[in-house]
Amino acid sequence: MATTKARDVLFDPVLKSNPIALQVLGICSALAVTTKLETALVMSVAVTVVVACSNAAISLIRNFIPSSIRIIVIMTVISSLVILVDQILKAFVPSAADQLSVFVGLIITNCIVMGRAEAFASKNGVVHSFLDGIGNGLGYSLILMVVGFFRELLGSGQLFGITVLPLVGDGGFYVRNGLMLTPPSAFFLIGLFIWLVRSFRTDQAAHDPTR
Amino acid sequence: MDSETDQNQDVSETLETKKSKFDPNTVWGTFKVALAMCIICSLVVSTAAVKLRPMQQKNAENKQKRNVLIAAGLWDEDEHTDGNIPELFKDIETVAVNLPGRSDDDPEAGTLDTAIDIKTYNQRKAPKKPDQGIMIGDQDVAGITRREKISLVYLVKNDSGELQSIVLPIYGKGLWSTLYGYLALDADARTVKGITFYEHKETPGLGGEVDNSKWKSQWPGKIVVDESGSPVVEVTKPGNASQDYQVDGLSGATITSNGVEKAVRYWLGSDAFGPYLDQFRSDEIATTEE
Repeated sequence: MATTKARDVLFDPVLKSNPIALQVLGICSALAVTTKLETALVMSVAVTVVVACSNAAISLIRNFIPSSIRIIVIMTVISSLVILVDQILKAFVPSAADQLSVFVGLIITNCIVMGRAEAFASKNGVVHSFLDGIGNGLGYSLILMVVGFFRELLGSGQLFGITVLPLVGDGGFYVRNGLMLTPPSAFFLIGLFIWLVRSFRTDQAAHDPTR
Repeated sequence: MDSETDQNQDVSETLETKKSKFDPNTVWGTFKVALAMCIICSLVVSTAAVKLRPMQQKNAENKQKRNVLIAAGLWDEDEHTDGNIPELFKDIETVAVNLPGRSDDDPEAGTLDTAIDIKTYNQRKAPKKPDQGIMIGDQDVAGITRREKISLVYLVKNDSGELQSIVLPIYGKGLWSTLYGYLALDADARTVKGITFYEHKETPGLGGEVDNSKWKSQWPGKIVVDESGSPVVEVTKPGNASQDYQVDGLSGATITSNGVEKAVRYWLGSDAFGPYLDQFRSDEIATTEE
């Protein structure tokens, strides 16, 4: 454990073992929140905070978690944190909270939070677990921002709500791609992203059963 | 792999040292940890909820007032902040209107109710309460099943006290969710002054465009009620609106568009604000005849 460097713990999940691209975790919310970059960004920040804090909290109490109810304990910690984040957002940034209303609840069921708590935080120290949470949050954010970028640009002709490609309906030239606004397009984009990552990092490619 | 085995050994070692003090993997240990977790987590959550509630309520109240102002066309996104709300709201009179009841004991539809406290009345929760809400039944075009018996209505007046617009809370089912909004009518109770939706869970970019200001800007000036007082508004397929009671729908969001049409029709109709709004219309005719 001592040999694992903090920097590796922090940055490995961004590309090398990206939670979405390699572990294929948490893709449900990646479909739901990426039609616009703004919601994708707020969601990214919220998830990063929750993963980091839940990892730190689970790691802190890891020696006291009974193995028979560990999943329930982890869920309780995660749910409390998500409710906390939701309450804080509602009190201090009501406009962002309005946009996130549906998606905040989704953080509880986000497999990344649960997966990292179970796979990493319950076996490692507090600092490393916190960094692992930040790293995985960043990895998740990277995919969300990439997918959100293409979906908002091609689907609405905008980036962060600012018009880049004026739509035909508004007197511009760009015919919007309606598919990009529907959830399946996120599957295609994530699929393409995984393909891209795995053609450069062949070690990530799954074993081909036909060979 | 070696490092992983090392890790596992480390973990089992730390577990063993802990075991001498406290073992969570016994029935009592499990029970104690579960109990402690419940207490700590509920304390954290309830403290946050209680401490932050005043701010959240203030935000919710401001949001609601802001939306009334948006519907009435008094809100300028670039110019106004939440600090302007008390000043902008001072010319607005809030009244509680009796909606059509279901039994003979219910107060007459369209009259004002003076018994309820307007400040504390929670209209959003009223439909679900047995004493404050009713089943709509056959007339439920908006797909909302239940509605409140009493609704707040905002009367916007100018400096000399003349009625400028009537802001009505409306809601109806879209594709995924119930759309909540406000519809502002001119003092003639026929012409739309503005519409806004402040809460919905429609698909962003498709049905979610109901809160797009460009789409909402089609509504002012539309005449949504005919001579006999029945609602005639139509949300058409995009690009097909030609009459002054028709509004272009949202492209790619037919069900949401239909939901908006049905919500507006229901709330202007005889089972909702119709009887109340008739008073304004008959006033109008009386003054023109003089």
